[in-house]
Amino acid sequence: MAKYIVNRLFAMVITLWIIVTITFFLMHAVPGSPFNQERNTSEAVQQNLEAHYHLDEPVFIQYAIYIKSLATLDFGPSIKQSSTSVNEMIGRGFPVSAELGITSLLIAIISGIILGIMAALRHNGAIDYMAMTFAVIGISVPNFIMATLLIQQLAVTWEIFPVATWASPMHMILPSIALATGPMAIIARLTRSSMIEVLNQDYIMTARAKGMTTFQIVTKHALRNALLPVITILGTLVAGVLTGSFVIEKIFAIPGMGKYFINGINDRDYPVIMGTTVFYSAFLIMMLFIVDIAYGILDPRIKLHKRGE
Amino acid sequence: MIPERKEIKQELSDDLFLPLQNPSSNAEMIAKPSISYWKDAWMRLSGNKLSMAGLVMLVLLVLMAIFGPLLTPYSYDHQVLTEGNLPPSSEHWFGTDNLGRDMFTRTWNGARISLFVGFMAAIIDFIIGVAYGGFSGYKGGRTDNFMMRIIEILYGLPYLLMVILLMVVMGPGLFTIIIALTVTGWVGMARIVRGQVLQLKNAEHVLASRTFGARAGRVIRKNLLPNTMGPIIVQMTLTVPTAIFAEAFLSFLGLGVQAPVASWGVMANDGLSVILSGHWWRLFFPAFFISLTMFAFNVLGDGLQDALDPKLRK
Repeated sequence: MAKYIVNRLFAMVITLWIIVTITFFLMHAVPGSPFNQERNTSEAVQQNLEAHYHLDEPVFIQYAIYIKSLATLDFGPSIKQSSTSVNEMIGRGFPVSAELGITSLLIAIISGIILGIMAALRHNGAIDYMAMTFAVIGISVPNFIMATLLIQQLAVTWEIFPVATWASPMHMILPSIALATGPMAIIARLTRSSMIEVLNQDYIMTARAKGMTTFQIVTKHALRNALLPVITILGTLVAGVLTGSFVIEKIFAIPGMGKYFINGINDRDYPVIMGTTVFYSAFLIMMLFIVDIAYGILDPRIKLHKRGE
Repeated sequence: MIPERKEIKQELSDDLFLPLQNPSSNAEMIAKPSISYWKDAWMRLSGNKLSMAGLVMLVLLVLMAIFGPLLTPYSYDHQVLTEGNLPPSSEHWFGTDNLGRDMFTRTWNGARISLFVGFMAAIIDFIIGVAYGGFSGYKGGRTDNFMMRIIEILYGLPYLLMVILLMVVMGPGLFTIIIALTVTGWVGMARIVRGQVLQLKNAEHVLASRTFGARAGRVIRKNLLPNTMGPIIVQMTLTVPTAIFAEAFLSFLGLGVQAPVASWGVMANDGLSVILSGHWWRLFFPAFFISLTMFAFNVLGDGLQDALDPKLRK
């Protein structure tokens, strides 16, 4: 186990370094300097600006400087908003995004699992068909469309919820639901199919023969095994929620990290794009790692050090 | 009491006593007529109503993408500024947008772009994935190990984030979208093909083929690929909606195709900005058809997964 964790940590650092490198050189492959489109600046000002951001140095020197500052967790300044650093943007945006992400993940996991269990218990019954129709719709409708429908119906027509921004718990409900529908549908389908498989096993029949109630069987015997496949895709789901949050934050005008990332892209503010990308990637890699470890703990049959062989 | 005996009268015709025709030829035959893998898969797929509905929807969507824009007298970029934001009518079936362009024509023109992106992404993923995964799995050993390391690293990259970065660098446009989607997208296909090839490469028919001196390329093409087509097709049907979704997502962020060409994502984005002014048709039609396409591909993919899985074969 310890050896596995060390190996994984090492691989994580390598992956992150590759992401940093790809991001850095991609951003520098874009023709033109970020100051070109600005209003006419004099030659001297232009040179001073470039010197200030090390843009007059050769690319490899810039790369070394960037890696060096990353090692001290410094993502550098924003070029377009010179008063704020990328670190400040992340510091301001991340808590909001995390709040949104965690709320929607919780909604997705809890309601997805409940929906999946209900469908599995009534396999081929009315509830099963209803839950699965719901799930297929959840997968098919992109989250930005779901968000618009929710705003249109619940916020504009019925005026139950506020339309946008991020101020009170009431503001959180619509964006979280919009972000949660896709993952919820995936979880519901996965829970259903693995639950059906588990419920047909002999040890469940034994439990039933002992006279346990359905509730006891599900919670004590079936759920733990049925949830293993769900845990394996949690990492991917976190990635989905994370990228999904870009559009959701844009639609609901939520001041999260996605907003800074999208603004960075629209302004071609390269330090911001690089900083947020690296931060997002590091976060995702960490999540995947945690999911793998959790999987090993929950399923003793998995020998972690043998994975990937 | 003895029941009254009835007289049994049965006519026995002479042809009952003829010798069997050619008794030796199929006396041993006890099997059902043999059904090929594809026929069997098709039979199971056609039994799945939802998947067949998905297939029919897809055929209709493709037909409409081809012929839809021809059904109206308008072109997708023809502006009539005096007829902006008209609701659906007999004149404009899906209404018009703010520049007076016919939404019906634009919707089906958008279908061409979205479906084109989806299918191209799937085909390119297929080509790269099969070549890479097939080679890696077939070679095995160190080559395989090295090639899989690369895959592992690429797999760890956040997909949409990388696509967004590539789009920033290459600039918006139809072909850059396809390139960005495939640069990161082929990895999944390569993994599947490699896994299948690893399983199959020591099967008897492959060994026989190699004993006869077949080269790697021939063995992969003739012996291995046909047997891995099931999972590959399933993966492709799931790649198409992912690509369509990614394109809509990128267009939504302003990184998609550029005006006057419009994909569904671009149209939905435009429609979103006017949803509060009540022009519902501007969002509804592109949104509805994105969802319908995703739905059709997803249910078809599910059905194919069941139909092509040899484990489920009866």
